[in-house]
Amino acid sequence: METTDKHPLNNAFLNALDKSPMDKNKIAIVSGIGCTGRVAGYVNLDSFHTTHGRALPFAEGLKAASPDTKVVVFTGDGDLMSIGGNHFIHAGRKNMDLMVICVNNLNYAMTGGQVSATTPQRAITATAPYGSFCEPFNLPFLAETVGAVYVARWTVYHVREMQKAMSEALNKKGFSFIEIMSPCPTLFERRNKMGSALTRMKFYKENTKVENNADTRNTKISLNDPFTVGKFVDIEGKKTYLEAMNSYYDEAFQSDDEYMRYRGLAQKNYEEGCLND
Amino acid sequence: MEESKRNKCSSDAKTTSPKPKEKVCFQTERCKGCGFCIEFCPVKVLEFSKDYNKKGYHYPVAVNACKCIGCNMCGMYCPDFAIWGEKNSDKNKE
Repeated sequence: METTDKHPLNNAFLNALDKSPMDKNKIAIVSGIGCTGRVAGYVNLDSFHTTHGRALPFAEGLKAASPDTKVVVFTGDGDLMSIGGNHFIHAGRKNMDLMVICVNNLNYAMTGGQVSATTPQRAITATAPYGSFCEPFNLPFLAETVGAVYVARWTVYHVREMQKAMSEALNKKGFSFIEIMSPCPTLFERRNKMGSALTRMKFYKENTKVENNADTRNTKISLNDPFTVGKFVDIEGKKTYLEAMNSYYDEAFQSDDEYMRYRGLAQKNYEEGCLND
Repeated sequence: MEESKRNKCSSDAKTTSPKPKEKVCFQTERCKGCGFCIEFCPVKVLEFSKDYNKKGYHYPVAVNACKCIGCNMCGMYCPDFAIWGEKNSDKNKE
């Protein structure tokens, strides 16, 4: 048995962050409640663990207060799409400069495996013992529709592709959305008799079709059918919320001498401090 | 069959190059025996051990250690950070 103290970064996000030229003091991680909630505690970066479904509003506030910070949101499907669904569509509509990573395990796993907005039809969960009958959300399609500038879907099998997608999203301005399909062996797979985590990983390997720039209308997920993964949307040049606000107010208050561009709370405090001195 | 596979790359390779460039490292006590590393290793270096770790799981062992290319796929797949591959390039030589 060999052991060393030098442990490499065995994580797609941390690898992507390590390779990006970004200042590590200018990154903030926000996570919601769910299986991904502990991410905020695991990283040695500015981070916050928010309440259920409210990761995006917190991240929007953080971004508005300090526009220089790159805000990364780690959430699950129950957190982001079911409880915080309204926040998602409005963050996408406003094109807030956020990077959203949604780990989709098709149910509310941490609370005991209840039906969520992405549970496929006929899937058995704690609150649907005879199978779910509702049409689930197709997250890439929804994200594209509400105006995300970067939309990708990968599974936990596609680690290198996931890392590349995260690198691209880190350097992207605007609302970028990465869906990551993940197995839930203790609840979802067990109830639906899909086998172990390894079986599900093999399923992801054999039954996913990589199709970049695919039409997101065709990327639906059903219980046991193959599905499409890849980078679906990558738009350049769309104004983010703060850019749009500044450029609009520059025009609207052209004649007003007292108008000052918004640069975030830090800048404001600094200027006030200078004035007071 | 298994024995012959093991012999193929065990003794000779290690004697000719005492410090291999690429190697796979373990922290077996963290392992929970999910088998991702064994299944998805591109050059099939790993196999389940016959022993158990303290938690009672079979952990992976490198039966074809000389085949390792240090790609760190096992490290990327491992949910428990119990295994990783290393590439000892000239810069990092210690």
